[in-house]
Amino acid sequence: MSAPTVMATDPLLVVDDLRVSFPGRDGDWTEAVRGVSFSLGRERLGIVGESGSGKSQTGRAILGLTAPEGRVSARQLSFRGVDLLHASAAQRRELRGGRISMVLQDPKYSLNPVMCIGEQIVETLRAHTRVSRAEARRKALAALEAVAIDDPVRVYRLYPHEVSGGMGQRAMIAMMLIANPDLLIADEPTSALDVTVQLQVLSILDKLVRDRGMGLIFISHDLRLVSSFCDRILVMYAGKVVEEISSGQLDQANHPYTQGLLNCLPRLGQQRHPLPTLDRKPEWAL
Amino acid sequence: MGAVNSMPAAQPPTVGAGLEVTKLRVVFKGFVAVADTSFRVEPGESFGLVGESGSGKSTVLRAICGLAPMSGGQVSLVPTPGSAPASLPLPGSKAFRRTVQMVFQDPYGSLHPRQTVDRILAEPLAIHGITDAEARIERALDEVGLGTGFRFRYPHQLSGGQRQRIAIARALILEPQLLLLDEPTSALDASVQAEVLNLLESLRRRRGLTFIMVSHDLAVVTHMCERLLVMQRGRTVEQLASDDLAASKVREDYTARLMSASAGFSRPAVAPNPALEP
Repeated sequence: MSAPTVMATDPLLVVDDLRVSFPGRDGDWTEAVRGVSFSLGRERLGIVGESGSGKSQTGRAILGLTAPEGRVSARQLSFRGVDLLHASAAQRRELRGGRISMVLQDPKYSLNPVMCIGEQIVETLRAHTRVSRAEARRKALAALEAVAIDDPVRVYRLYPHEVSGGMGQRAMIAMMLIANPDLLIADEPTSALDVTVQLQVLSILDKLVRDRGMGLIFISHDLRLVSSFCDRILVMYAGKVVEEISSGQLDQANHPYTQGLLNCLPRLGQQRHPLPTLDRKPEWAL
Repeated sequence: MGAVNSMPAAQPPTVGAGLEVTKLRVVFKGFVAVADTSFRVEPGESFGLVGESGSGKSTVLRAICGLAPMSGGQVSLVPTPGSAPASLPLPGSKAFRRTVQMVFQDPYGSLHPRQTVDRILAEPLAIHGITDAEARIERALDEVGLGTGFRFRYPHQLSGGQRQRIAIARALILEPQLLLLDEPTSALDASVQAEVLNLLESLRRRRGLTFIMVSHDLAVVTHMCERLLVMQRGRTVEQLASDDLAASKVREDYTARLMSASAGFSRPAVAPNPALEP
């Protein structure tokens, strides 16, 4: 790839015709992501879809975390001019966690259970920058404070099983942000949390994105939540983007899948019995 | 209700038994998970328990069916008007378990991975010594909209929604009168959730079932239930009618906070570090 001319409006991430496929038992390939294209600036982009729509695989492919048997191809997949598809493993490691990082769904499973929270944050920082132990510790404490943890010194020493879901998720966000990435991919970051805690975590994410001018990809199954949080939403179905909506225009969604998805949720104060269900048309998956 | 009006003899949609819980207390090694919770569910009613994780809502259900130890209080069935109250089975008895069945949250964890649907559905029948298993299994599968083609499949060959339908079929196969539903749709996609909720509603109507449903989702609970109980940290916050909740007629702060939280994220309203902990 030739180095693109650098402009102020250059997108952070360009994804063009991304495809991810996995081998089946009989040697046939199943495409989980089928030609997804978007570009991302310093904004909040939501990717919404149901299970199996390919939303998580899209996020993982950007980070280079696709399972080894999977095949990733794209016309272009570049992050700030770096061609991710042809980058060396070392180069990708450099980016991963350093420039691009990812918050996963459940802190119970994605934090290291035998390492205290503070040490995990320090580990991330020292993998990407040369800092002394004392300096790393100071920065880790500051990061915990930045995600609204009241007593960072205490939480630093705790193990993941000793904290609540909301606290664990905040610790994970602190870990992901300590190397000051340009792009944060959050894969269902609040789905395992209670509603009130969910809002707390979202407001922390929101503030960090705003203050640091990061790009954010917010992957979720919750169309309503995403629309209240992101600037722009891609709706995925069967591995493809079926619709792009800008925030606040949810009621003007055109695709029958998006409309159906919105419609089938029970709403407070509206009695609809039975609930409308989604009538999946085979042509949506074409 | 049903006992007064004379029903056609052919189908017996007798209104099921209700349930009364008085000062229920569940303590785990000194930790009070449920503190003196009381509520009464009338026969044929649908009642919701709402709260965040750790509020004790699931523990209430588990205590009712004997899966959690009760440290105090009472659970008893409420008779259908007109029937003899003496004949009601006591909690813990086999007859009680036949009357009260439960559907669990995670259909990926609550079905035996090495058993076929047929065997999963046959087990409760064997336990209760019911002989017409063949016909009942076919009818149960039919009722949850799956058909007999699913009878000899294993759980891993089914989608999440299909598994939850099997879990509902397993609960219904004993023809219980009261169903305990512990977050029956929270592991499912939104479109599948709508299908399962519709299925539960039509089954309730057809069989005159009583529901006690636990959920963290206010919209789902108000859709399914006529009345609900809001719980926080093992304590009762308030009991109210779903219509009042929908109309924002709530008395307690906590309920109002849950309501605003379920409305979604709003940028100006949420301060970076709101002290949500009371």
